[in-house]
Amino acid sequence: MTDNGKDINTAEENLSAEELAAKKQEAALKRREAAYASTSSKAAKSLLDQPRPTSREERKRLKAEQRSEPKVELNKKTLLRQKELIIITIPFVLYGFIFYYLPLGGWLMAFQKYKPQNGLLGSKWVGLDVFKYLFGEETFRLAFRNTLVMGIINLVLSFVFAIGFALLLNEVRLRKPKRFVQTVSYLPHFLSWIIVVGIVRDMLSMDHGIVNEILVNIGIFKEPMNFFSKPNLFWWIVGFSNVWKETGWNSIIYLAAITAINPEMYEAAALDGAGRFGKMWHVTLPGIRSTIFILLLINIGNVLNWGFEVQYLLSNGLVKRVSETIDIWVLYWGIGQGDFSLGTAAGIFKSLVAIILIFIANSVAKATGDERLF
Amino acid sequence: MQNVELQPKLENEKLQPDFELGPVKIRRSKLRSLKPADVIFVVINTLILSMAVAITLYPILNTLAVSFNDGLDSLRGGIHLLPRKISFKNYETVFGMNNLMKGAINSVARTLFAAVVHLIVTALLAYVLSIKDFVFRKPVSLFFVLTMYVNAGLIPTFLLMRELRLTNTFWIYVIPGMVAAFNLLVLRTYMGSLPDSLRESAQIDGANHMMIFWRIYVPICKPVFATIALFIAVYHWSSWFDNMIYNPRNTDLTTLQYELKKLMSSVSNQTTSSSSYGNSTQSVAITPVSVRAAATMVTSMPIVILYPFLQRYFITGLTIGGVKE
Repeated sequence: MTDNGKDINTAEENLSAEELAAKKQEAALKRREAAYASTSSKAAKSLLDQPRPTSREERKRLKAEQRSEPKVELNKKTLLRQKELIIITIPFVLYGFIFYYLPLGGWLMAFQKYKPQNGLLGSKWVGLDVFKYLFGEETFRLAFRNTLVMGIINLVLSFVFAIGFALLLNEVRLRKPKRFVQTVSYLPHFLSWIIVVGIVRDMLSMDHGIVNEILVNIGIFKEPMNFFSKPNLFWWIVGFSNVWKETGWNSIIYLAAITAINPEMYEAAALDGAGRFGKMWHVTLPGIRSTIFILLLINIGNVLNWGFEVQYLLSNGLVKRVSETIDIWVLYWGIGQGDFSLGTAAGIFKSLVAIILIFIANSVAKATGDERLF
Repeated sequence: MQNVELQPKLENEKLQPDFELGPVKIRRSKLRSLKPADVIFVVINTLILSMAVAITLYPILNTLAVSFNDGLDSLRGGIHLLPRKISFKNYETVFGMNNLMKGAINSVARTLFAAVVHLIVTALLAYVLSIKDFVFRKPVSLFFVLTMYVNAGLIPTFLLMRELRLTNTFWIYVIPGMVAAFNLLVLRTYMGSLPDSLRESAQIDGANHMMIFWRIYVPICKPVFATIALFIAVYHWSSWFDNMIYNPRNTDLTTLQYELKKLMSSVSNQTTSSSSYGNSTQSVAITPVSVRAAATMVTSMPIVILYPFLQRYFITGLTIGGVKE
């Protein structure tokens, strides 16, 4: 993918199998030595003296030990020695506290009948009443459903397309066309959603939009269709707009992971009679499996955050029941109508669901024995 | 055995195309796989990727063509990749729009400010947190990493900004979000991979941390700085939400994207009644659709022209960030 990545890749391919094996062994030895040096406990050392660990647990433990950092004791001497670092850090912590953590105090509003003139401490406490009202509100339940469904559609589509694109692009052996396709594929990422939504509107437009033109010309439609008046299409328009915008960008990380696959694997697959497709399917795809899992885990927590810009900009009155998301709902009731308590409660609910999703994803990953976040 | 067979062909590699698809570069391990099934695979792959390129590029080229086409003529449709009746009126109109130009100035200002200040500030913190024996390294790192997952939400943030008197000022664009956790992690990882001796030897020579940061780390980190600056710049160039929420009515503080958004929503209302629209614009040779196309081009060009040159950098940056996250 990058010049660097490619060079490393070819360089590795030029090495013979023995050289590669020797290199690996050397690296493993180095890692063990490093781990050895950084451990002080006798038990750990005796464990390290055993032959090269193969089980997953052991490898993990080794990695953790290798990572272990020099222990610094928190005492007067260290504080004095590092006073410059501490002085630099203080403004950052203050800034972070004010801009990231102080707003969390605003969560109290969700348990109040908040009135700006009374302030956060003077407003009347109402317990969970705001939440009760929130869940009783049909538009909110719809907004929650829409956010979740669109988030999942986006998650699945963006993963499938990004991985597919990376796999196919990886099979292009000609350097220049490959670079060209790659450069083109990143372009939409640099356009704002305002522009992308404008483009999507133009392409799907009833008068002279290319999609309608093509579909009418090849006879699928008798007359141009107004895509934006169809509630059952809205989720997919959002999903594929996102695919158009981000597929190239999302594929970067997979292409990087692919360059790290051991070339011997391809040679072995070729000996087994695998063709180009077979190698892609049986070597490349499994080779980036752990990358896929990690990214999936990270993104599951973000599922609910995908519910604002596109939906807000693409929506219209005809599809409101399927297009309104939690963020839009909060914007409307919280800022638009000035009901701060209600808006805050909806925001809290969204954060809670996101955290629950992360934990579910993580425990599923743990149970299946794959990568996990924590 | 295989290698012996391959040798002669490899020497002619550059002269002889392998099959009709063009000169496919052959490596030792690849040659064996030129079976009929593989030819089909390559053909299908080429088709799919060509289509992907077409789908990506067409809308942009189409907008470009419309932006250079006479407004009324565009309403007839049928403009695809090339303008039919070339006109610069649309661009003249766009550059004549007062608010749009004000927005452009503000957008450039916030983008440049953020790309420089946010980058330096984040890098300084990353430098401190990349020092492995710093006592507060772990808690401070966690303090910022948690902000990726814990988000107070729109309303509390909005109220805080109001309390801090940041609404209705330019500063609302650049003060919040100064230290983004993802960027911090990328920078910290990069700086952490540099040898400690770099810093330690300067310390022995009596340099303090600010000096080490400026004189040693900043020059070394240029590639990763380019990446992060690009991330920040793209974010700020594309932002409109803060404008809409905090400064909706102050035209002196408007941004390019927000003006474009207003332009778009006025157009989308009109396209629903486009039949009646054609008559009303007979006297003016411009239409909202074509003006919007020109505005879209003006808005997207700066970054579209820039990014291919930074490609190498942002790929590296993303890879560092992704691996370490």
